[in-house]
Amino acid sequence: MNALVSAVEESRNPHAPGPPLWLLLELTYRCPLHCVFCYNPTNLASIAQEMETAEWIRVLREARALGAVQLGLSGGEPLAREDLEILVAEAHALGFYINLITSGVGLTEERIAALKRAGLDHIQLSFQDSTRQMNDFLSSTRTFDLKSRVAALIRKYDYPMVLNVVLHRLNIDHVGEILAMAERMGAQYVELANTQYYGWAWLNRAQLMPTRAQLQRAEQVTREFRERAGERMRIIFVVPDYFETRPKACMNGLGSVFLTIAPDGLALPCHAARMLPGLDLPNVRDASVSCIWYESTAFNRFRGEAWMKEPCRSCPQRAKDFGGCRCQAFLLTGDADETDPVCDLSPHHHLVTEAVAAAEQGASTPVHKPLIFRDHRISLPSRS
Amino acid sequence: MTAASDARPAIGHGFRLQWEPAQNAHVLLYPEGMVKLNASAGAILSRCDGERTLAQIVADLESTFGTSGLTDDVAAFVSMAVGKSWLELRE
Repeated sequence: MNALVSAVEESRNPHAPGPPLWLLLELTYRCPLHCVFCYNPTNLASIAQEMETAEWIRVLREARALGAVQLGLSGGEPLAREDLEILVAEAHALGFYINLITSGVGLTEERIAALKRAGLDHIQLSFQDSTRQMNDFLSSTRTFDLKSRVAALIRKYDYPMVLNVVLHRLNIDHVGEILAMAERMGAQYVELANTQYYGWAWLNRAQLMPTRAQLQRAEQVTREFRERAGERMRIIFVVPDYFETRPKACMNGLGSVFLTIAPDGLALPCHAARMLPGLDLPNVRDASVSCIWYESTAFNRFRGEAWMKEPCRSCPQRAKDFGGCRCQAFLLTGDADETDPVCDLSPHHHLVTEAVAAAEQGASTPVHKPLIFRDHRISLPSRS
Repeated sequence: MTAASDARPAIGHGFRLQWEPAQNAHVLLYPEGMVKLNASAGAILSRCDGERTLAQIVADLESTFGTSGLTDDVAAFVSMAVGKSWLELRE
C-alpha cells in the first residue's frame, strides 16, 4: 500500500523538490554598522516595514512543518529586534537548531542569558569592519574591547566561539593581526571570508577587490598561523569567487534547500535574489510557506536544468555547480540565465579577469571614487 | 582504536540528535550544519545517552533487531563518531 502511494507520488512529480531544510530569517535591515561590504540590498530605504512578531512565528511554524530544521537569524543586526528572545523560544520549542549571526553590538549579558534560556544553540560573531572603523580596529582599541567583551560572554555561556571576518583590499594585509586578535579573544573557529560582490560590496567593488599578490600573502600567513595554532583554533579561508575558474554551487542550486525570508516578508531562494529582474518574488504576508516553496514561479524558476544556457546546458559540471551564482551572472552580464562568469568556460569570463586586473591597477593608482557606506536611509540601484 | 565496552557514549557538545519526519531519518545537528543518518547510525546514536555503556547499547541493539555479533561494528562506529566529535565518551 505504502509502496503504491509513493509510486503514485513519484509518477505525479518526478522532480519534486525536497523540503527547505535551511531557513534564514533576516529579521531586520536595521543595523548600527555601515559596512561597505554588506550584501544587503542597496535600496534599503525603499523596502516596506519589517514583519511583526506574530508574522515571524507563523513563518517558523509553517517552515518547520515542511521540514526546515536549521535556522539562521540574521539581518541587519538581529539584536535590533526586541522580540528576538520570543522568536528563539518559539523556534526552540518547534525543534529548530538555532544559529544567531550577529555583530555582537547590543549583546549584553542580560540578553545572552535570556537567549540561552530560550534555547539558542549557536552564535556566530562577525567582525564588522569599514574604513572608518579600521584604524580603531588596527590599533586594537574600541572595536577590540567590544569584541573581547562579547567573546568572553559567548564563552561564559558555553557557546563555541566562532568568529567570522570579512576580508577585502583594505584589511587583507592585516590577516596576521586579525588572527592574533582572534586567538587573544579565545576563538575556536575563525572564518576568513573574502568579500563577495553583492549589494553594497558590488557598489564598492573597485575599492574592495584585493590583488592576487595580497591574496597569496594572506593565504600564506593563514597557513603559517594554522600550523602553529593547530586544533586550538580552526581557520577557514574562503577565496573570493573572482579568483576562481569554476563557480561555486551557489545555494546548492536555487530552490533546493535554502529559503530566506527578508524583513518585509519577501521570500527569496538566496539572500541576494531580490535584485533578480522578473522573478516576481512571493511574500509570506500573502501566501503560505508551503505554497511559496513548492508552487511559486519564483522558486521553480531555477530548479532543474531547463533554464540553463550554453555552455552550462551541455556541460558535465552542471550537476556539480548548477551553473554557479544567478545573482553574479545577472550583476556581471545583465542576464540571470547566463553561466556564472567566474567559470572560465563562460564567454563572459573576461568580465571577471578584467575586474581582477582593474584591482591590480587600482592598487597602484588609488581610485578616487569614494566608498559608499551601507545606510538604511538611502536607496541606490542594485546594478548600474 | 575502538571504544571500550564500559565506555558511556553521549552526544557531543554542541550537537543535537533528533528524529525528522520530513526526512524520515534521525539527523545530527550542529552549528550551521546537519548530518542525515542512515537507519543503523540513527539506531546507535539514539541510544548514546551518556548513561548506558557500550556493552548495554550493543545488547539492546541485538535484542531489538533480533541479531547477534554486533559488538565490533558498533564499537567501530562509536570510535568513528568520537573522532568526528558526534559523540564523547564518559567514564
